[in-house]
Amino acid sequence: MIEVEQLTKTYGLVPAITNLSFTVHQGEVVGFLGPNGAGKTTTLKILTCFLPPTSGRARVNGWDVLEDSMKVREVVGYLPENVPLYSEMTVDRFLSFAAQAKGVDSRKVKTSIDKVTGDCGLEKVRNRIIAHLSKGYKQRVGLAQALLNNPPVLILDEPTIGLDPAQVVEIRELIRSLGQERTIILSTHILPEVSQVCQKVIIVNRGRIIATDAVDALTRQLQTSRRIHLTVHGPQEEVQKTLSALPGVLQVEHLDEHAERYAVEMIKDQDIRAELARSIVEKGWGLLEMRSQELSLEEVFVQLVTEETREEA
Amino acid sequence: MKGFVAVFRRELYAFFASPIFYVVGTIFLILSGYFFYNSVAYFSLISFQAAQNPQMGAQVNLNEMVVKPLFDDMSVILLLIVPLLTMRLLAEEKKNGTIELLLTYPLREVAVVLGKYLATLMVLVILLTITGSYMVMLAGFGKIEWGPVLTGYLGLILLVAGFVSLGLLASALTQNQIIAAVIGFGALLMFWIIGWIGSVAGPGVGKVVHYLSLLDHLEPFSNGVLDSRDLLYYINFSLFFIFLTLRYLDSQKLRG
Repeated sequence: MIEVEQLTKTYGLVPAITNLSFTVHQGEVVGFLGPNGAGKTTTLKILTCFLPPTSGRARVNGWDVLEDSMKVREVVGYLPENVPLYSEMTVDRFLSFAAQAKGVDSRKVKTSIDKVTGDCGLEKVRNRIIAHLSKGYKQRVGLAQALLNNPPVLILDEPTIGLDPAQVVEIRELIRSLGQERTIILSTHILPEVSQVCQKVIIVNRGRIIATDAVDALTRQLQTSRRIHLTVHGPQEEVQKTLSALPGVLQVEHLDEHAERYAVEMIKDQDIRAELARSIVEKGWGLLEMRSQELSLEEVFVQLVTEETREEA
Repeated sequence: MKGFVAVFRRELYAFFASPIFYVVGTIFLILSGYFFYNSVAYFSLISFQAAQNPQMGAQVNLNEMVVKPLFDDMSVILLLIVPLLTMRLLAEEKKNGTIELLLTYPLREVAVVLGKYLATLMVLVILLTITGSYMVMLAGFGKIEWGPVLTGYLGLILLVAGFVSLGLLASALTQNQIIAAVIGFGALLMFWIIGWIGSVAGPGVGKVVHYLSLLDHLEPFSNGVLDSRDLLYYINFSLFFIFLTLRYLDSQKLRG
């Protein structure tokens, strides 16, 4: 569906993205994740034919973004960053302009506007002027215009930025429902968004891809260590000493002065929970709680990005 | 074609929905009305004098004394106001980022540029049509020849078409509307007065600058003369700057 090979874009001498390659299959919802300035927007602008690449190829639906730009633009619905709209127009007027500009058959303009306003929850504001709408509604208008000619590919640049938490949830819900029949790439630097909405994630930093995988696989794979939370009833120093002495344990941390909670970090591949429990019980202390803690996507991301930076330095 | 119509209609809507058109249009009509009144008042004064002096009467002519000066005056007002109408065409889109929508829709750039160009031209033609009422009034009180009036209007429309094309290029160059207006106005004024050095420059250069001058090509039209050289000049002038606008948009894309 979307194939990117060795894509490079430089602004003057400054490289924005370097040798990016990835593939997005039909029906996938892919999160394009990276810190600000990582090259996410540049990549999306190339995919939507707004910017030509310096070198490399990008194809959407088999059409090259440089050679068959018109064909690509026909199959892509694009929500640019910051949602530019003609704010002096009413929602209806703007959508009817967008529909005509996108070449929607003039007899179908009205039905397609009815459909997208319905899908995006815009029925109530159709005759309002865009400038007077709240940010959440503007975002929906932006999505609605992207959906007008029912494109099989949607490219959304930071679709939830600047919205209040309730609106964020609504927009994510909307994107998820749209993703059932479409291929979607959305860029974001908000991590929970990726784990909630996307099946696959591409992490970029400084114009390079540093990881591509399914969201849960990535979280799993990237954990180099595993954390276990314990609550042990017993003398603190001795507990700490005993646990640290066990093979496979990297570090024991006392979390709380008053409660008897510890965090034990251990090597990923070795499961020593049984040994932990046994050694505590053998000493005659009370083992009150034991649970393992999954590394969140957020932590994985920070880990990846910092690792990358360290390597380069 | 469909894309062109969409851009054209949106642009017309933008003109009529924004106060710029009404302000600019009102000022244009007030000024041209004032010039018209002035010419007519002068004409009636001369007519009274001519009534006492039969020899002078032969020279009194509405076309020469009212219509032609009015066309000259209107061309100068248009020189001042057209950059104000064209300044937002592309600069505003660039500033607001809506250009990103336009250029990622399946629209050809030609459709975008021509849609904007012709919509602006249409707005100006509407304003010029309103001034046609002056001519009708004039015809009610005296005898005018319609031929030179029509060619005069044709000349003004061609002139305005040239103004708009240059203004459009100026608007493509920047995202600041004021800069677009200043560049547009400066460049138009330069093309307006470039013929002035014709009399002091050498014969070769003199011919060239006269040919380039927007002003020199207008005169035949208000005299009722349709010359293909003048027609071609204005058409080429417009096409050249529309072409440059397209090239500029393209090159900007490549630079990123």
